[in-house]
Formats: sequence, structure tokens, C-alpha cells
Amino acid sequence: MEVPILKQGHYLIASIQSALTDADLSQLREALIERVGRFRSRGVIVDVTALDVMDSFAVRTLRDIAHMARLRGPDTVILATQPELAFAMVQLGLTLKGVATALDLEEGLAFLNQRGEGRLEDRHPPGGRLDRG
Amino acid sequence: MADERRLPIAADVDVVQARQQAREVAAGAGFTSGDQTVIAAAISEIARNILMYAKRGEIILSVVQNGDRQGVVVVARDQGPGIPDVGRALQDGYSTSGGLGLGLPGARRLMDEFELTSVAGKGTTVSMKKWRRLT
Repeated sequence: MEVPILKQGHYLIASIQSALTDADLSQLREALIERVGRFRSRGVIVDVTALDVMDSFAVRTLRDIAHMARLRGPDTVILATQPELAFAMVQLGLTLKGVATALDLEEGLAFLNQRGEGRLEDRHPPGGRLDRG
Repeated sequence: MADERRLPIAADVDVVQARQQAREVAAGAGFTSGDQTVIAAAISEIARNILMYAKRGEIILSVVQNGDRQGVVVVARDQGPGIPDVGRALQDGYSTSGGLGLGLPGARRLMDEFELTSVAGKGTTVSMKKWRRLT
């Protein structure tokens, strides 16, 4: 089952709606990374609240998405690890190290917006302004 | 025991099927939703191992009662190449497939009982149990 990827402004939002096979997860990773390049996205949000199980392959794929996206610029936020999924992850010895997590879309977007502002300030010191094309 | 389910594992979708069936069986045996997730995660790891190393095999799910405890029993069997070094296969981070090496040791931590027998050239059997107290 293919995961729909929505483009919302400068952000990409992938919302997993059902259980996924390993192949589906790999396909999501490829599709997201391709779109990050195509749309020059500034943030990626992956909603895993509906995922049936967080096993080693799922965590590894989410981590890959975040790290691969980061190489091209954007931050990734993973929504929302249910408490029971978190427990299984810890027992498996898995962590989403270095990957931001948020409880819902609003929080995820707020995080990305904050990061975006921070970076714009880095690029353009106060008072400076860049006119694009 | 009425509730025994045999699940063939030969493709990606069978792994998803197996963890959904596991959830159902665990729910039927009165496990909490958190424990269902834990059991499903353990089965996901074991089923993926069958696929990756043996190509095909089967998982048998059943419910047992033992005094004041009820449990989900998972037996995963394949006729694959077997595991040459079971001790290392149960160590965190050891993998011959380029994975994270958390499958077997992870599944062992998630379940209450875990037994692995493997014969080179003959295959591998993993038996796991998760218990809950009847109140």
C-alpha cells in the first residue's frame, strides 16, 4: 500500500494510514527523499500513529529517512509514538536517536517553523533581507 | 485448544498478516493493547528472519493455560540453512544480513520465554511465550 505524501507549502507530510510491509516502508523512504529534492522542501513530517507495529525495520527506515533528508537540508519530525509502541521500541533496543518527535501535526509544524526561522536568521542577520528571483 | 493458527510465511505481506493475527490471538487471550503490541513486534522480528534467511516457513500461534496464568505461544519454524552460531545470533548488534542485529535478542527481551534450536542445513525453530495472570 502506497503512503500518500502531501505537499504543504515548504513541507512534505507523509501520513501512514495502515499496516505497512517492509517493501512499503522502503518505497516511502525513496519517495520522500526524491520529493525533498524535487520540491526543495524545508521540512518533512512522517505520521506513524496508525502504524501497527514499531519493529526494528520500521525504526531503521524512519531513521534513514531523517538522516537522508538532513543531508539535503530539511529536518524530519516523526509523529507520534504511542506509549505502547515506545515500550516495544525500548525493549527491542531501538531509539530514534537524533530524530525529532512530536505528538501531533500542530506540534510538528511548530517545531519545523521554529527551526526554519532560526535558520533564516542565520542566513540573514537582523535588518538584512534577501529578495529572491 | 481451539485457538491454534498456522500462518505460512513466504512473503512480505505474510509478516504483516502474522503480526495482525498475533494481535487478535493476544486480544482474545485477554492481553492489554500494550502487550498485544509487544507480542506483535516480537513476531514481526521472527517472521522477518524466516523470510530473510530461510525464504519460507511457518508460525503457529496458540493460547495455553497454566494454573492461574494464560499465555500466548508462538512457534516459528523453518527448514532454512540454520544458524551456525546461536550464541552470537542472540547478541545485540550481530547480523549477517546488514540489519541492525536486534531481531532475535529484541524478540527475546519482549517475550517472557524464548527458546531457539537450530541445526545447520536442517532449519531453525523459535518458541516464545508471553504470560499474563488471570485475575
